[in-house]
Amino acid sequence: MSNRPRNDLQEPAWLRWMLIVLAVLVMAALVVMPLLMVLGAAFAKGIGVWFASLTEPDALSALKLTLFTVAIVVPVNAVFGMLTAWAVTRFEFRGKQLLLSLIDLPFAVSPVVAGLCLVLLFGSQGWFAELLREHDIKILFARPGIVLATLFITFPFVVRELIPLMQQQGADEELAARSLGAGSWTMFRRVTLPNIKWGLLYGVLLCAARAMGEFGAVSVVSGHIRGLTNTLPLHIEILYNEFDSTAAFAAASLLAGLALITLVLKFWLEARHGDALAKSHRRH
Amino acid sequence: MATPLRNPIVDIERARMTDTTDIGAPGTGWRRGPAQGPEVTAAADSATLVSAPFNRRPHPARSGMDLHIRQLGKRYSGVAALDRVDLDVAAGELVALLGPSGSGKTTLLRVIAGLLHPDEGRVLFGQDDATRLSLRERNVGFVFQHYALFKHMTVAENIAFGLRSRPRKRRPDKATIARRVEELLGLIQLPDFGGRYPEQLSGGQKQRVALARALAIDPTVLLLDEPFGALDAKVRVELRRWLRQLHERTGQTTLFVTHDQEEALELADRIVVLRDGRIEQVGTPDEIYSSPASDYVFDFIGRANVLEGRVEHGQFRIAGHAIALPAPDVADGPARLYARPHDIAPATPEAGIAALVIAAHRLADRITLELAVEGQSRPLELDFVASPGVTTPAPGSTIGLEPLRYRVFAA
Repeated sequence: MSNRPRNDLQEPAWLRWMLIVLAVLVMAALVVMPLLMVLGAAFAKGIGVWFASLTEPDALSALKLTLFTVAIVVPVNAVFGMLTAWAVTRFEFRGKQLLLSLIDLPFAVSPVVAGLCLVLLFGSQGWFAELLREHDIKILFARPGIVLATLFITFPFVVRELIPLMQQQGADEELAARSLGAGSWTMFRRVTLPNIKWGLLYGVLLCAARAMGEFGAVSVVSGHIRGLTNTLPLHIEILYNEFDSTAAFAAASLLAGLALITLVLKFWLEARHGDALAKSHRRH
Repeated sequence: MATPLRNPIVDIERARMTDTTDIGAPGTGWRRGPAQGPEVTAAADSATLVSAPFNRRPHPARSGMDLHIRQLGKRYSGVAALDRVDLDVAAGELVALLGPSGSGKTTLLRVIAGLLHPDEGRVLFGQDDATRLSLRERNVGFVFQHYALFKHMTVAENIAFGLRSRPRKRRPDKATIARRVEELLGLIQLPDFGGRYPEQLSGGQKQRVALARALAIDPTVLLLDEPFGALDAKVRVELRRWLRQLHERTGQTTLFVTHDQEEALELADRIVVLRDGRIEQVGTPDEIYSSPASDYVFDFIGRANVLEGRVEHGQFRIAGHAIALPAPDVADGPARLYARPHDIAPATPEAGIAALVIAAHRLADRITLELAVEGQSRPLELDFVASPGVTTPAPGSTIGLEPLRYRVFAA
């Protein structure tokens, strides 16, 4: 493609400009405008009201629960993501293709369905209902359910970042470390981890962003108990349904702000450490 | 099929083989032409990698260990990559595993290293059975084809890695490690490179760092996978000589894999020629070159001319040509004659095998002819010294060929 004469790619100037303007307009209409409107609505009644809506107990509780979920989900998915990527890229085994497809399942399945699966397993009519009742464990309509749902939804982010990266890098450095006498932990700490750290951070970032914003699956399992099992997105929905749009948008602006921070970090990672990320990102 | 080793011949010039100041490998010197010799040497000198001609004499082993391979077998989905291989390597020896791709040479190296596990057979380091030891426990110095340097560590950190990774009880203190790193940086002639990162090094420098990193752990054996495969031709020649010298100095038992016969002939004390997972021949470069055990080895090592014909009553004959060459010990039937380009003399058409000159090159005092012999599928090459009376035959003319040294193998 690159060796094709440049003239073939050179569309007439008016067409180029039209396409560029069109793209910018669409982006503005679909992405920037809503974001600005959220911010506008959030601060419509002044910064005092915005602050008050965020510091009322239910909002604080929702924020805390969201952060709590992220604090569990991200490390767990990072660790299991690394283990899975390790297994897939360093070993040959039967059913590897199946495993690779399963890793993508959370992306393919609607989050609502994922939530319903949890209900099916842990609900009062579910497979584990007896067991849970005996031991007095609450999963649905409680924090464990929210964490589990979020875990499921965000699992692919770290793995899918690491697999192509580790495939690209190959196992030679690790084998070299082994042959030089390094134990598993030394090898991981001094060779594997430094090689994948930026990719890992990238995956963690996407995972965290999604964990904070997850609505569908969490909505099914949370039970929407105010001050107890509401995450930020659920809190926003409730406020919105109750026509408390200023408070809803205030909370939404918080979520949008977190997303923006993620985006900036993601940009920085791609610009600064693009070469240490999986090649596939150049296509994103 | 291979004929017994006693096949007639062949008095190949031993002097030539031991003349270690010769730039090329024995079988290939003629091919390069003399004009290239000084050039290559000069290039090597300028890089200060070669300071003295090396000798091929055996050297006392200092840190090496002997290695024994017994009935080693490895199969990949039913296909034998190694077929019950036996091999003994003496302490301090430098051995080349030579063969085309798919011959099993890399598999053998990887099994010795512990990177692969054999289906059968044993690997012994000295008296100790290492077959069940893991890669980590074997303490081998393995140099990967693409070096596998730790890219986020400096050169010094790379070299120190093995010592730093030792369990606390056996780990030298910081000062000792630093001293050892300095020493190795000196050995690989990169004394000021300790603070650099691998990406700031050239291919040849990376290769040397990888070697130093492997040597740092005082390995039982040093294993090199295609050590020069990823380098360009000039660096390759320099590094080859440097490695030879390094080996002389360290006395480390070393095995290296190569598909380049020239490399094997120049560098190794002994060559192991592999084919389809079996050892075809083991011997010194001299033995391999002058007494190839089979037509395969003859063809693979150095340049070979092949003439197809028949053996009848101990005489090799070519259909349509009057010549009859003695070939005792070869059974009657179809056979092939193998001869090096410099082991065939030009003669008058009546005296030898008539051949048509396709092309003639003259380089300084050497003449190379490309020839076609009627009824033969492969063109022939002839190489001889132009003495004052000899003129270069013109393309299109016919000359006679007189094989001076040759071997006949039953086809």
